[in-house]
Amino acid sequence: MQLAARCQNLQKRYGDVVAVDGLSLEVRSGECFGLLGPNGAGKTTTIEILEGLLAPDGGDVEVLGFRWNAHERELRQRLGIQLQETQFTDKLTVEETLRLFRSFYDRGKSIDELLALVELESKRRSWVVKLSGGQKQRLSIACALAGDPDLLFLDEPTTGLDPQSRRQLWDILARFRAAGGSVLMTTHYMDEAQVLCDRVAIVDHGRVIAEGTPKELIASLGAPKVVVHEGTLEDVFMLLTGRHLRDD
Amino acid sequence: MTTEVGVRPHESTHVKGSDPGAGGRGGAHHSLVELTLARLREFVREPEALFWTFFFPIVLSIAMAIAFPSRGARSVRVGIEPGPASSELRDALAASKDIVVRDVAPADQLRALRNGDVHVIILGGSPPTYRFDPAREESRLARLVADEVLKRAGGRADPWKAREDEVEVPGSRYVDWLIPGIIGLSIMNNGIWSIGFMTVQARLRKLLKRLAASPMRKREFLMAPMIARLVFLGPEVSAPLVFGVLAFGMPIRGTIVNITAVVLVGALAFGALGLLMGSRARTFEAASGLMNLTTVPMWVLSGVFFSASNFPDAVQPVIQALPLTALVDGLRGVVLEGATLGSIWTELAILAAWTIVPFALALRFFKWR
Repeated sequence: MQLAARCQNLQKRYGDVVAVDGLSLEVRSGECFGLLGPNGAGKTTTIEILEGLLAPDGGDVEVLGFRWNAHERELRQRLGIQLQETQFTDKLTVEETLRLFRSFYDRGKSIDELLALVELESKRRSWVVKLSGGQKQRLSIACALAGDPDLLFLDEPTTGLDPQSRRQLWDILARFRAAGGSVLMTTHYMDEAQVLCDRVAIVDHGRVIAEGTPKELIASLGAPKVVVHEGTLEDVFMLLTGRHLRDD
Repeated sequence: MTTEVGVRPHESTHVKGSDPGAGGRGGAHHSLVELTLARLREFVREPEALFWTFFFPIVLSIAMAIAFPSRGARSVRVGIEPGPASSELRDALAASKDIVVRDVAPADQLRALRNGDVHVIILGGSPPTYRFDPAREESRLARLVADEVLKRAGGRADPWKAREDEVEVPGSRYVDWLIPGIIGLSIMNNGIWSIGFMTVQARLRKLLKRLAASPMRKREFLMAPMIARLVFLGPEVSAPLVFGVLAFGMPIRGTIVNITAVVLVGALAFGALGLLMGSRARTFEAASGLMNLTTVPMWVLSGVFFSASNFPDAVQPVIQALPLTALVDGLRGVVLEGATLGSIWTELAILAAWTIVPFALALRFFKWR
């Protein structure tokens, strides 16, 4: 099986807090893999280790067949990364921001293609500060796609967006995948994971507690537990991670 | 670059169609150019930044020129006790065009001296009493002027009176000396504050982290703001220079090439220092603290407003090694004396060192998240 990313027995602690505790996962080429989990479960830490932004305390990471310490430059050329909370420069336009990011890559789409891909042609000359939340997120995705990546990392890409913007992002992702790209994403939305992800891993306390296709996981709930409505991924999630709040 | 990794599993499945015609950078310029353009755009779209860069040096020059007029002798201010008892003294002093007489109540004397409202206070009597602070130049001068006027009024006869040949030498006046200092100061402030703050802002907005996640060359990111600074040096330096020439008849004895060379090296040094100040700070407060710690001592020590030779010999090696001292001395050399680059090579070397070392340190210790 061809793998886009793989990590084994990943460990990361911040002082006394263990953020990732022996986590292993495999993202297959061409699939969309979802990392689900409550706040503080270790999703962002895991994805940032895979993105080469954080060094793990232990464990093994391989992305597109490369290791970070040996081939950082090649990897960066072939990965698309969207981070939580990136604020692009307020007073640059959409086009200027895209040009900047595009200039870092040796290959990739033209600015016009990127604008069309995320449907921001009409906002081409608008300052970033004037964009809506959904438009900013689409710009962020366009910057991640600037180098025509083989693997796209998305960390909570639709958090805080209105339903229309979410659907628009789903469409962009569908197009990226139709062209053969692999995706590793985190999300809080179970419906989103159910629609977008081929396989998901549910993470809690820094380790994977369940893994499989959304269908498999829902089926694993078993009939007796689902009485009033058809089982959803959300049922699986709540069953496994409990109902108490995780407000960090 | 060749890789030793045998497995490149994804390679075979790479079927995505990117327009081959779009190749290269897809319509974008070289990354260093785009990074520099981004800094320039960010800067010109910030009106406050433009004010500090272009108008502040002119405003400061005007203010200093008003405070220290160069044409003609300045009068001295003499304080006397109010009331009829001092009327004789007042008449004697007021007869001189070099003296301005002010009434100062006994309780206010020390405050008036401290604030410079008067330079010396004269108490009537025979002989009169001069009250002044000998550590202040203007007080010593005022004492001499008043003393001469009073003694002459008291009947002193001069054996002879010298013929006075008053000249004003452009280039040697305070204002001529001051303007290159202010240019140096503004190069320092604009370099350190604008680059330092923009860096901290990008870190706070998590933009640095996003850039570090891209294949951007980190060295280029740090070079871009320094190059962007150079673009603005033209107007930033020529505005106060032209102002000095037009308003004060300041002479420019050096060539444009030499002035440009000094200014460029100076701007690079302070750009690199700005990067270093902003290389790790996570808050504006922390960055401001560092930048004040760096710039304020140089405001005082580097001879911008008064000569650095006022400081003791023991600290002179330190003062001479400061980048602002080197920049201001170099500028005064080329602008006022027409010095060649060869004759100010120590200043240029000091500035080059202040460019290379802070840049290398910033690149090494820069925090991207």
